[in-house]
Amino acid sequence: MAPILEIIGLSKHFGGLKAVSDFDLTLHEGDLQGLIGPNGAGKTTVFNLVTGVYPVTTGDIRFEGQSILGQEPWMINQRGIARTFQNIRLFPNLSVLDNVRVACHAHGGYSTLEAVARVGRYRAREREITERARNLLGVFNLLGRQDEVAKNLPYGEQRRVEIARALAANPKVLLLDEPAAGMNPSEVGALMDLIRFIREQFRLTILLIEHQMRVVMGICEQITVMDFGQVIARGKPEEIQNNPKVIEAYLGRGVSYRTAL
Amino acid sequence: MKWKVPSWGLLVILLAAGAVLQLAIHLEVINAYWALVVTYMCIAVISSLGLGIIYGFSGQFALGHAAFMGLGAYTAALITRYMGVAPWTFAIALVGGALLAGGVAWLVGLPILRLRSDYLGIATLGFGIIVRVLFENSDKVIPVTAGARGMTGIEQPDFVFLWAFLLLLGAIIVARNLRFSSPGRALLSIREDETAANLMGVDVVRYKTIAFVLGCSYAGLAGGLYAHTFLFLHPSNFDFIKSFDPLLIVVLGGLGSITGTVVAGTAWVAVLEGLRLVLPGEVLEWRYVIYPVLLIAMMLTRPQGLFGTSEAAILRPREAEAPAAPALATEVTADGTHP
Repeated sequence: MAPILEIIGLSKHFGGLKAVSDFDLTLHEGDLQGLIGPNGAGKTTVFNLVTGVYPVTTGDIRFEGQSILGQEPWMINQRGIARTFQNIRLFPNLSVLDNVRVACHAHGGYSTLEAVARVGRYRAREREITERARNLLGVFNLLGRQDEVAKNLPYGEQRRVEIARALAANPKVLLLDEPAAGMNPSEVGALMDLIRFIREQFRLTILLIEHQMRVVMGICEQITVMDFGQVIARGKPEEIQNNPKVIEAYLGRGVSYRTAL
Repeated sequence: MKWKVPSWGLLVILLAAGAVLQLAIHLEVINAYWALVVTYMCIAVISSLGLGIIYGFSGQFALGHAAFMGLGAYTAALITRYMGVAPWTFAIALVGGALLAGGVAWLVGLPILRLRSDYLGIATLGFGIIVRVLFENSDKVIPVTAGARGMTGIEQPDFVFLWAFLLLLGAIIVARNLRFSSPGRALLSIREDETAANLMGVDVVRYKTIAFVLGCSYAGLAGGLYAHTFLFLHPSNFDFIKSFDPLLIVVLGGLGSITGTVVAGTAWVAVLEGLRLVLPGEVLEWRYVIYPVLLIAMMLTRPQGLFGTSEAAILRPREAEAPAAPALATEVTADGTHP
């Protein structure tokens, strides 16, 4: 089976800083993969490159067999790659419903002229958009919050709105940037169920960045470990757990207890 | 159960009120001075609604509004100068002014709408100054504009107040319909977080351009009305300093609120002219001290503006437009924290 997302030899240099160098990753349809590494390893930069926020220095990113280099973020989103953010980036003063409806926009299917004159496809399409957004909010148990202003929601709910908003664009690939950040253990458990559930329900391919090992080890089938912009290990959760390079990246070089004394 | 006026009912009432007011002006029950004032209220609100679309909706801090109003004013005045002020030629003049302002906005927007907030402000400010200089020297190419001496000889069409009033209603309806639509939400999302909007599939440059062109067309339309209300155009009327008037109105009313813009715009003209009646001649210029003090007090006590981002009930979409809760809503409880 051809991969849905293929990252080949990807590098990104900011001046002299090599944020990402020679990074490879392949996602097949239905995969649920994890991307981990210490702070500053370049994980979020990879997301920003894939979603078109930064131009790529060298390398290629192929989505469904076609290169998406040089495309604007909104084009990449419309093609089927959606994401969430490490620091929640909802539209703070819009209602929860409108936050999700914004992301349905690309599939809105009516022109500004039709909107202003309230003619043509406006009414039917607007109804579809609203229904779609409400369906998603229902999945995330947020229907009761639809009219609330996004910034007034508690943190955990904001995270869920963000995932709902990402799904509204009907993506094939979903990139989750630290979805469990700031969550307590019971919320993390619920989140893991939610991620598994949406993968089935929406037939998604998911790549997630996460620091909470419980999430990464619990739901990811394959894990890529980055350090200083490079891939240092790749494999199944149990292989990663025992990989000396990974342990070194996180904890430093193995100094025996005796030497430390 | 809340009582609600059906929107078409309110429209009929407003139309009737506009016609009555026009009749009163026509029969000189309302003197010529106050006729100018109420017409100017409509003009100021139309122009401010335009900036409301640009700054209030899509969050683009633009400071060239007066320049676009001037472009519309001169264009409309030139058209009626050569074609006369029959209703249909006046209509052509107004549309021409709005289209020209919109067209120039599109051209100007091509390079500068890629800029963000502060930079856009400076670029549009520069554009405003260029346009003023252009007006001052326009008589070299089109002698009738008289350049820095000011353009005279503009004829007044009949019922100019009614024109302004009807166009104001139209401007409100268009802005309102835009606000509560998918393209409108795209604009709001750009205001809220441009990067996130881009990543959620909103073609940011395209929608910023739509907002800018539409908003500047409003300014051009207001300019055409201005020219045919005051019958005299001078480059200083469209100086960049004048761009702050709609800006203050939009901020005072509440960024993004159509209701707020209408109320603040009307109040703005009413207070400026009302103070003229209240204050004796020798302290008349103190209006420009009283005004800023009012503004400062307002910003200290209510920084979000009169209406924040909320709208009057009559402008909000009706509940009936929202569909009932879908079946899926109760079916899934993937998250256990809020059963």
